[in-house]
Amino acid sequence: MPQIPAPSRRGLLFGTAAVSAGALLTACTSNEPKKSDDAAADNAPVADDKPGKAVTIGFAGPQADHGWLNAINQNAKSRAEKYSDVTLEITEGSNDTAAQIGQVQTLINKKVDVLVILPADGKALTQVGLQAMKAGIPVVNLDRIFASPQAYRCWIGGDNYGMGLNAGNYIGEQLKDKPDAKVIELAGLDNLELTKQRTQGFDDALKNFPNIRKVARQAADFTVESGQAKMAQLLQAQSQFDALWNHDDDQGVGALRAIAQAGRDDFLMVGGAGAKSAMDAIKAGDSVLKATVLYPPTMAASAIDLARALGQGKGVSGMAELEIPASLTLYSAVVTKDNVDEYLPTGFN
Amino acid sequence: MTQPASPAQQDAPAAPAKSAPDRSTALRPLGFRLDVRNLSLLGVLAVLIAVGGFTKPDEFLATSNLQLVLTQASVIGVVTVGMTFVITSGGIDLSVGAIVALASVWATTLATQEFGFAGILFTAVVVGLGCGLVNGLLIAYGGMVPFIATLAMLASARGLALQITDGKTQMVTVDSVLDLGIRDAYILGIPPLVLVFAAVTLVGWLILNRTTFGRRTVAVGGNAEAARLAGIDVRRQRLYLYLLSGLCCGIAAFMLIVLAGSGQNTNGNLYELDAIAAAIIGGTLLSGGRGTIVGSVLGVLVFTTITNIFALNNLESAVQQIAKGAIIVAAVLVQHRTLRGAD
Repeated sequence: MPQIPAPSRRGLLFGTAAVSAGALLTACTSNEPKKSDDAAADNAPVADDKPGKAVTIGFAGPQADHGWLNAINQNAKSRAEKYSDVTLEITEGSNDTAAQIGQVQTLINKKVDVLVILPADGKALTQVGLQAMKAGIPVVNLDRIFASPQAYRCWIGGDNYGMGLNAGNYIGEQLKDKPDAKVIELAGLDNLELTKQRTQGFDDALKNFPNIRKVARQAADFTVESGQAKMAQLLQAQSQFDALWNHDDDQGVGALRAIAQAGRDDFLMVGGAGAKSAMDAIKAGDSVLKATVLYPPTMAASAIDLARALGQGKGVSGMAELEIPASLTLYSAVVTKDNVDEYLPTGFN
Repeated sequence: MTQPASPAQQDAPAAPAKSAPDRSTALRPLGFRLDVRNLSLLGVLAVLIAVGGFTKPDEFLATSNLQLVLTQASVIGVVTVGMTFVITSGGIDLSVGAIVALASVWATTLATQEFGFAGILFTAVVVGLGCGLVNGLLIAYGGMVPFIATLAMLASARGLALQITDGKTQMVTVDSVLDLGIRDAYILGIPPLVLVFAAVTLVGWLILNRTTFGRRTVAVGGNAEAARLAGIDVRRQRLYLYLLSGLCCGIAAFMLIVLAGSGQNTNGNLYELDAIAAAIIGGTLLSGGRGTIVGSVLGVLVFTTITNIFALNNLESAVQQIAKGAIIVAAVLVQHRTLRGAD
C-alpha cells in the first residue's frame, strides 16, 4: 500500500466531517467550541470562512473521463468559488504523464501560492512534486500518492484498502448466519494498484467469517460497458451465490443492467465509490444493490480547504496543532438504506 | 478439422477473376462455400468449444451461455463487418471505437431521449454516418492517408464525446429501448441484438459477394489504378466504404445503448483493434484485395468464445491477456500452415 501507514484512526476522526460536507476545516469551528486549554493552540490562527490573505491555488488533475474524476473537478471548482480570497488556476486534465508534468511546471512558473495535484500516476509525478516544493510552493497531493514524502506537504485521499475491508465486513454481517455462503467480486482495472488494495481489504475482511467463501473474481475496466460484459459472464459462471461486491458504481450501472438482463435477484450487491445513481437505487430498495462503500470525491473540496489554510499559514480548527496535518485518509463509510439520506448530497453523477 | 477442406478447396471452380486480381485460395464464393481459412477458423472454434465443454460442461453449453456469447459478439461483430469492407478496399478505419462512443453519447442526450426509441436509433445512425462521411471525404477527395484521417477522427470524436457527457454516464430512461436488452424480448430464444448482427452479416455478405459494389471494393483494394482504368470511380467508392463503416458504428452504438442501458464516452474502447484483429484472423488481407465477411464473423466468435471460457473458469485478467495473445498467434499460424498445404 502506498498510503501512509496507520492513517485509519485519523481517517476515522475526520471521515465523517469530510464526507458529509467536505467541510473538514470550516464546519467544526462553529459547532464545537474548542476545549483545549493549551494556550498556544488556542491562539493559533485557524482557517475559517472569513476572508483572509489572497491565495492563488494551482489545480492539476487527470482527464475527467469518468464519473468520479469528473466529480473531483466539480468539487474543487465549487469549493474554490466559495472563498472570495481564493483564485483557482485549473489546468486541462490529462491522463498523459508527460503532459501533466508540463502543466504542473507551467503552474510553478506562474508562481501560484499552493499546488493541488491529483496525478494520473503518483509515482511518475513525484519529480515534479519535488520541483514545486523546492521552488517554495507547498503541494497538496490528492488521492494518488507521490513516491516520496518530500514531494508534498500534505496528502489527502481515500482508503482503497478500507473500501474492501468495509465492503467485506458489511457482507459478512449480512451473511454471518448462513452456512457455506458464497460471494463473488467484480473488481476494477487490474493494472491499477488501487484495485489490488481493494481486493486485499475485501479478502482480509472475509477472513473474519469462516462460513463465507469467495468463489469468483473478474476484473472490469471501470466503465459501464465493461461492467455489463464482465457481470454477464460472472452470472453465467455462477449459477448460485449470496453476495457480490462491485468495486465501482460506474461499472455498476452496467453490472446492474446485466443482472436485470439475466433476471437474477437471488443475492445482495454492494457497490463502491458512491455515485448518485447507486444511492438512488439503494434508497429505492427495488434492486439487488443494498449498499455502497464510499470513496468520496469531496476530498477535492477538502484539498482546496487545506491548500487555502497552507497559503494563509493557518492550522485546522478543532485541533491543537498549529499546522495542517501531513496526511488525511478519508473513511470509506458504508451507505445503506438506513443512512442514505445523509450521504445523498455527496453522490456524484 | 482442416484436412478435409483441402480437396474441396482445390476442386472448387476458380473465382470470376476479372475484378479480383488476387488469385490465391480466396474463392469468390458461389454459394456458402467456405475457403480454407474459414475452415481452419472453424477448427479453432471447435477446439475452443471442446475446451469450454470439457472444463465447464454444465455452464458452457447451457442455452443461456450460448445466448450470452452471441450477444457479446454482436456489437463488435457489426463494427467488424464494416471494417472488413474498408480493409478489403486497402484502407483502414481507426476511428470505429470513437465513433461508437460519440454516437452512443449523442443518442443518449436528454434531447434525443425525448423522441423515444426512434430518436435514439436515428441519432446513433446519423452520427455514425456523419463521422463516416467526414472520413470518406478526407480520404477520397482530400487525398489523406486513411490511417491519418481516421486517427484524427479517433481523437476528435472521443474528445467530442467527452465534451458532450462531461465525463458523466448518461442513463437511458426510454423503456422501449431498455426492454430490447432483456430476455423477455428474445425471439424464439434468440436475443434481438443477435438478430441485428445476423442481418448485418447477411447484408454485408451479399453486398461483398453478390453486387457490383462488392466487386468494385475488391478491385480497388487489389489495384486502385487498374480499377480506375477499368472505369471504376475509385474516389466515390472509397467515400461509400467509409460511410458504410460509419453506418455500422452507428448501429453498434445503438446496440451498446440497449446492452448497457446508458451512453458513456468510454464506450467502444479499443474496438478498432478488436475489429481489425478479427478481420485479419478471418482472412481479410490487410493490404487489400481480399475480404471475407464469414471469416470476420468467425474471428469475432473466436475472440468472444475465448473471453467466455476464461470468465467461466475464473482466470485472472493477466492470464487472460497472455492466453489471448497466444491464441491469436496460434490461429494465424494454423491458417498459414493450412494455406501452404492447400496451395
